[in-house]
Order: sequence, then C-alpha cells, then structure tokens
Amino acid sequence: MEALTDLVSALVLILNFIVVPGLSYGSQLALGALGITLVFGILRFANFAHGDTMAFGTMITILVTWWLQAQGVSLGPLPTALLALPIGILFTVLLLVITDKTVYRYYRHHKAVPVTFMIASMGVMFMTNGIVRFVIGPNDQRFLDGERFIVRARDFKAMTGLSEGLSIKVSQGLTIVIAIVLVALLFWFLQKTRTGKAMRAYSDNEDLALLSGVDPDRVVLVTWIITAILATIAGTLYGLDKSFKPFTYLQLLLPMFAAAIVGGIGNPIGAILGGYVIAFSEVMVTYAYKKVFIYLLPQSLEPEGLLQLLSTDYKFAVSFVILVLVLLVRPTGILRGKVL
Amino acid sequence: MSFLSGVDMIGGYGGADILQGCTIEVNEGEIAVIVGPNGAGKSTAMKALLGMLELKQGDIRFRGKDISGLTPQDRIAEGIAFVPQTNNVFTSMTVYENLEMGAFLRDDDISTTVEQIYELFPILAEKRDQLAGELSGGQRQQVAVARALMSQPEVLMLDEPTAGVSPIVMDELFDRILEVRQTGVAILMVEQNARQALHIADRGFVLVIGENRHTDTGAALLADPEVRRSFLGG
Amino acid sequence: MSNTRKTQLAFATIGVLLLIIGFAQSWNVSLGILNLCLISAVMALGVNMQWGYAGLLNVGVMGFAALGGVSAVLVSQAPVVEAWNASWGRMLVAAICFAGTVAAAVFTYRKLASGRNRNLALTLVILVGLALTRIFLDPAISSIEAIEPAKTGFLGGMGLPIILSWIFGGVVAAGIAWCIGKVALGLRADYLAIATLGISEIIIAVLKNEDWLTRGVKNVTGLSRPVPYEIDLQTSPWFIDLMGWWHGSVLDGLATDARQQALKQFVIDGSSIFVKLCYTGLFAAVLLIVLWLSVRALNSPWGRMMRAIRDNEVAAGAMGKDVTRRHLEIFVIGSAVIGVAGAMLTTLDGQFTPTSYQPLRFTFLIWVMVIVGGSGNNMGSVLGGFLIWLVWIEAEPVGVWLMEVGTGWLDESNALRLHLIENAQHMRLFFMGLVLLLVLRFSPGGILPEVVRKR
Repeated sequence: MEALTDLVSALVLILNFIVVPGLSYGSQLALGALGITLVFGILRFANFAHGDTMAFGTMITILVTWWLQAQGVSLGPLPTALLALPIGILFTVLLLVITDKTVYRYYRHHKAVPVTFMIASMGVMFMTNGIVRFVIGPNDQRFLDGERFIVRARDFKAMTGLSEGLSIKVSQGLTIVIAIVLVALLFWFLQKTRTGKAMRAYSDNEDLALLSGVDPDRVVLVTWIITAILATIAGTLYGLDKSFKPFTYLQLLLPMFAAAIVGGIGNPIGAILGGYVIAFSEVMVTYAYKKVFIYLLPQSLEPEGLLQLLSTDYKFAVSFVILVLVLLVRPTGILRGKVL
Repeated sequence: MSFLSGVDMIGGYGGADILQGCTIEVNEGEIAVIVGPNGAGKSTAMKALLGMLELKQGDIRFRGKDISGLTPQDRIAEGIAFVPQTNNVFTSMTVYENLEMGAFLRDDDISTTVEQIYELFPILAEKRDQLAGELSGGQRQQVAVARALMSQPEVLMLDEPTAGVSPIVMDELFDRILEVRQTGVAILMVEQNARQALHIADRGFVLVIGENRHTDTGAALLADPEVRRSFLGG
Repeated sequence: MSNTRKTQLAFATIGVLLLIIGFAQSWNVSLGILNLCLISAVMALGVNMQWGYAGLLNVGVMGFAALGGVSAVLVSQAPVVEAWNASWGRMLVAAICFAGTVAAAVFTYRKLASGRNRNLALTLVILVGLALTRIFLDPAISSIEAIEPAKTGFLGGMGLPIILSWIFGGVVAAGIAWCIGKVALGLRADYLAIATLGISEIIIAVLKNEDWLTRGVKNVTGLSRPVPYEIDLQTSPWFIDLMGWWHGSVLDGLATDARQQALKQFVIDGSSIFVKLCYTGLFAAVLLIVLWLSVRALNSPWGRMMRAIRDNEVAAGAMGKDVTRRHLEIFVIGSAVIGVAGAMLTTLDGQFTPTSYQPLRFTFLIWVMVIVGGSGNNMGSVLGGFLIWLVWIEAEPVGVWLMEVGTGWLDESNALRLHLIENAQHMRLFFMGLVLLLVLRFSPGGILPEVVRKR
C-alpha cells in the first residue's frame, strides 16, 4: 500500500510540475509558432517581428482589460481579459495590415529575396517594440483577475489524502482549451473553406495558384488576419499564465522559431507538434527530479543532488539544442516542411 | 478568323527579343502544336498568349476580342487554361483538391465536371484522396491536365506535357489529349517530341529563332521533306 | 554626388554635430559619445564583413560582443588564489572529462556509419560524459562560489593588462564562431539568422549563470584600465602644469586664491576629458587598423572571390570555389572583430554586467548601422556606426524635450503628460525602425552604397 501511494505521489509530482505546465506552455508556443509558420508558408520569410506582434496584441488587450475593470465589468471566475481579446485582435489586425501595405507589399511586388523581407521585419520589430514600450512601459504588468485555480494543491491533498498536491491554474486550463478550439477552427478553415484551400495552394505552389485564379493580395491579407488572431491570443494567454513584459515577448521569438522549424516550417501541424516538443523539453530538462526519486527509490538509495539536468536559466539553450539537432539530422523538420 | 491568335508577336523577358514576329493561332476543336529546335521561343510564344511577358508588338485576340491588356489571371477567367511544364500540381494537396483548385474561379456546382474528368482519367478517380505529390510522373501529368480542364476552358495550353515521361505514358497522354479535343476544346501545345505531336496535330507551327519557318497541317508538315530533314531527323 | 564627396560631407557633419554637443552640453558628453561611436564603428565593420562581403545574416552580434566583454574580465582580473587552491584538482578532472567527452563524441561520429545506431551511441556518449564532468564540476563550482561570495566568488582572471583582452576577446569570439559556422553555414541564410540568434541568447545565459566564471549577475566592477586614472592625473605635477598652460589666458587674469580654485577645477574637469581622449586615441587606432585591413581584404583577390560568391553562390561553386569554407572564414573573422569591439566596450565601461546585453541594443542596432551606412562599403559601416550611435544617444534627450514641449499645454502633474515624458525614451526604438525601413525601401544601398568597379 505504501509503495502504491509513493508511486501515485511521484506521478502527481510529474503531472503537477511537468505535464500541466508543459501542456500550457506548449499550447502558447504552438499558437505563436503557427503564426510564424503561416507567414513563412505564404509570404516566405522568417518574421522577426512576430514576438513583438504578440506583445502589441497583448498590450491592447491589457489596456482594454484595465478599462473594463475600472468600469466594474468582470467575467466572474474567468479573467476579464477574455472580454478584451476581440479589441486586442482588431487592433493587431490593423497593425499587421498596415505594415503589410506600407512595408512588405512593396517587396512582394518587386519579388525581393527573402533576406530583404527578414531585414524589413527587423525594422517592423523595432517600431512595434518602440510603440509597446512607449505606451505601456518596459515593466512587468499583471492583468489576471477572477478565480486563480481550477484545482488547488491544498484541496487536492485534502481530497486524496496524498502528500503531494496537484494545482491547475485557470490560466493553464484556459490556455489548453482555447488552443484546442483555435487549432480545430484553423484546420477546419484551411481544409474545408475556399479561402483556406487557396492559402494552402498558394503556399504549396505560388505560380500554379496564380494560374488557377487565386488572388495573392487576398491570400496575404487573410494570412495576416489569422496571424494577428493567433498572435494576440497566444500573447494574452502567455501573459495571463506568467506575466506581461515586452522584453520577454521578444525573447519568445527563439523558442517559437525553434518550434516552427523543428516541426517542419510551413507545415501547421508541424508547428503545433514543435511547440509541444520544445515546451516539454524545456520543462523536463530544467525540472529537479529529486523528490520524484525520493518517492520511487528505497530510502537507502535516496539521491543527494537536485537531479536537475540544467538550471532553469538555460531553457533557451534547450530550444536551441533541439533546433540544431533537427537541422543536422533532418533539415526539413519532423514533419517534412519546406527547407528554409 | 481564329479562336485564339497572337499575330506578329515581338518581345522577350526584358533582354533580347526572343520572339521576332511569330504568329500562333488555334481554332475550336483543333489541336495546334508548336515545334522547333531548342531556344526557338516555343514556350515563350505560348506564354505571350497567356500574358506572362510584355510584348513590344503583336495583336492577341480571343474570340475576336483584343485581350492584350489583360493580366494572365484575367485571361484565365476569360477561358484560357495553362499547364506549365514543371511544378504543375499542388503536391501537398489531394488529387480531388487539385481539381477543386482548378475550378477556383467557378462558383457553380463542379461535381459533373469532376465526373467527366474521372471518366477521361479513370486513374484519378481511383487516387482521388491521395496527395498529388505521391503519384508517379505520368499520373501527375494527368492531374495537371485535369486541373486545367476543371475551369471548363475553351482553350487549353500545354507546355511540353510529355517531358520526362516514358514512351508508353506519352502515348497514353496523347490519347487523352485527343479525347479532350472531342469535347470541343481548342488545344495548343509545345512539344519536344515533334514527330509524335505532329501526328495528332491539326495544325503545326515550326518556329526557328522566334519566327515562323513552316506553318501547315500536321500531316502536311510530316510529309514536307525539308521539315523532315531539318526538324524531324530525316 | 560621388561617394568620396559624400563620405567627406557625412563625416564633416558628424564632426560638427559632436562639436555642437561639446559646446551645448559638455565636452565630456561629446567625447563619451565619440568613444562609443568608434566602438560601434568597429562592430559595424565586423557585421559588414559578414553581411556586406558575404551575405551572411548574423543575428547574434550581442553574443560575440558579450564574449569580448567577458574576455576583458578573464584577462585583467587578478586570479583568486583561494578559489584556484580549493578547486583546481576537481576542475582539472572535470576539464579532462569534458575534453574526453568531446573527443569520444567526435570519434563515435567518425567511426560509425550514419543511422540510428550512431545517433544512439552519440547520445549515450554525450550523456555519460556530461554526467561524469558534472560529478567533478559541481563540487568545484560550489567550492569556488563559497569563497567570499560578496567580493569574489569566482576564479578571477589572468591578471594581465586589460588591453590584451582586445586580442583575446577576438580569439574567443572567433573560436565560438567557428563552432557555430561549422553547424549552421551550409544551410540557407534564414537558418543562420535563427541559429545565431539562439547562440547569442545562450552565451548571455551562460555569462549570467556561471558565477564561478563570470560572477554572473553580481557583475564584475572595477576592471583595470589601459589609460591613467583621473585621481592620479589630478595629483600629477605634469598634468597640473599642462592644465595651467592650457588655460593660461584665463588663469593669468586671476588673483592667487581664485587662481588656485580655478586651476583645481580645471584639473578635475581636464582629467576626465584627458582620460576620454586617451580612450579615443586607442579606439581610433583599432578602428583604423581594422578599417585598413578590411579595405585591403575587400580589394584583394580573396575579397573579390567573397563578393563573387555572395552575388552568385551557385556560379561560384560551379567554378570550383569552396563556398562553405569561404563563408566559414569570413564568419569567423567578422565575429572576431565584433569580439574585439565587445572587449573595448567593457574596457571603457570599467565593469562587466551581463544583464546589460540586450538584443535590440547589441544586435539589431548594429544592423541598422550597417544597412543605413551602406552594406558592402567599409566607410559606410563606419559612418553608420557614428551616425546611428549619435542619433541613438541624442534621441533620448531630444525625445523627452519634444514631449515636454508637445505636452506643454497640459498640467504639470497631468498623468498623460507624465507618462509621455517618462516613456519618451522608448520612441527611439520606433524611430530606429523607421530609419531602417526608409533606407531599405528608398535607398537600399545605404548612405554610401557599395562601389562596384567596372573593368
């Protein structure tokens, strides 16, 4: 009986510190990487401004959330930010459409090389970053309200009688649910609608898509709109789960790129897979397994160290190492995307 | 008065003029073939009809209407379909989705056209849910032609449809093309395999350095000793 | 306008701007900006070699600059003897283990045929090797970090003159660049960009967290200097005499007491300007050397080959040029130059603060310099370095001033006004992005475009 409780406790530990955080972080990365992969598939460049697009959308959402809070509006147990999301998305769509009209369209019509697009996206990154910092400042912002937990560690312990607790935050639950719904909608759109098929065709073979009568400007416009929706939601969920800080969003660029490439860039399913691969690797490599082994091993073999493979500060290294490995072994990514 | 015609076309891709005043025409229910040595401007002439390069001179008419000012997309909407030589299918989409993309500009029901296509190319019915990228070379060419036919074009233009396929597949493709002609579509194609192509051609154009050298029916060209000697290898 | 005329005009403009800053703000500020302009120019030259000569997109400038920075620490700091005594044995074993792991991994990679078996064997070798290394390294690290953590807590450096770190920094950056280049260079441009972005983040993470090596976020302050200290100058008779002579005309008219007072002030002010001038001299010397070498290299057969490869990789490859190898060379050399500049920067700061390395400032700003100055043109990069740094620094006070004037109609304590003034500094990011986009669109060659020689 004792052995069984220990085993369950170890599982609860893993669930609490690896599975739940990995799933929610992975969903956030997946949504972000989807935006990167769509832009890559349709516009054919690596968008360095994507992290800041997320920051921009989240910022608008936060501002609207604060305003709603000041008006006394709330969603009860759910965060008010959900109500503010549509406005955030709207502004982000505007931002992306305006940047496309003023920046990228010119290069598209002049058939510029991808590197030029990339450098242009750095310029856009600077400008967006400047706007975000100017409006909301460079510091941490919290905007989470409503209920904090779906399951509290204390309640879980009381309920099960175990010594280890499982806690699931509302933000984590929301992230996972919203990600599933969003991804389902996206795939329905890409597989079943006329515009979605036009997008896939354009991504697959631009010339033939044009010969089939696909309107490139429309495809690009829809791509930016979807990117804006994904980026704003991903950014807001990340901000609710952790916190909002413009610089953190810039840094998210690396794991998101890694996710998109690892999965196979240009391939939406790959982006999702890549998001979870990167997230789980980060969480698993930086988790200290000491307690798990205390439960699993007999007392005499109790480990001394923390049994942590890498300190949490090296989580970027994890995404990078996976990225390099994939590039070396299989440059097209796990699910055969395009070669960059 | 031809159905689709490009008369006295001069132009190229910005550098030297590849077309030096050649004329290409095709009529309804007719197969016209452009043959000639490498670099004669065969594909360029066809692309000029589609509007993929800027002509300095030339009169392009479709159903008697001047279409010189239209973009390639607009010409396709008018009823011209084009099958490029390479990269002519959507490899990451299923055969059926390729057909759907071919009918992208149509907003009526496409199911009867799809049935007709399946009758014409039975193998496609069998492989309808497979990715086009997984098919063999000959099957891909069929998908490519089928995709173009989905827009119910009045003119079908094929750029070297038999390039890189085996002789057996080539014969089969030509058979299919003859069947397509039965439906009343005007067919214009560029071919490397001049002899076989002229056999099925109602009209042949022999281009050399961007100019018409010989123009006649396919049979007449095949019979012409000079054409035989210079272009068909004896 | 010819490029030469443009160059003269552009640099004259910058000179005038620095003079204006000197008169309007202070000479200290003006020289401070000039010194950073010089460092920026060196960094921009490094990026220009990679991008302008070879078309390699290095988005990890920050990492190489930080490697230069940490070199300054490792070269100039006195070794912490207790830490070495406490740990050298374990450190040695750990180093041997690590070297053994690398050797074993390379051996496995070479000896086994590619496939699942090799991947498995490699993973095993690396995991076991790293675990072994850590068994020795972890206690060594704890013993090092335990020694006076508030003051040292790290191994210290070699105790050499800090100026040597400029070379050392270049070498370290080159070494790391070689490793990255080996992996990422045969792939297309976008991958290199993302790979370098990643490696720079990792380098910063290492510098922040490996306290035993760099003191991490506790920073290393009080680095030694290659130039005299102000306090020493202020007590040196020759310097006091020099100041007396320099300001002679002002001093002569004063009474003895007032004269003493005034001279003292002149000496204090003068000492800091003198120190900055010394740096200016050193930095300018480095810049000139790098510039001279760059120009020589660009116009040599090697440089022509580089540009040939950049303009048509396929054709150059078909002509028998080893494209990947040439790319590796230029990537290593360019990174070394960035490393040198990074070491210079830390030397100037007198302290090493890992948290100060931000990608916008250290990677993307340098890119703006290169693009705006004129990619492929060395003088253009120097110009870009000067101009963009000047704008970057002066945009802050100008932005704040603009906001103050612009919101003058609002009440002093108006929340919006306060917010705008407080955050005005961030608008310079916006402005930089705008400049980059405008140049890219309307003058893609930059201010001084690459000179294409016709034969």
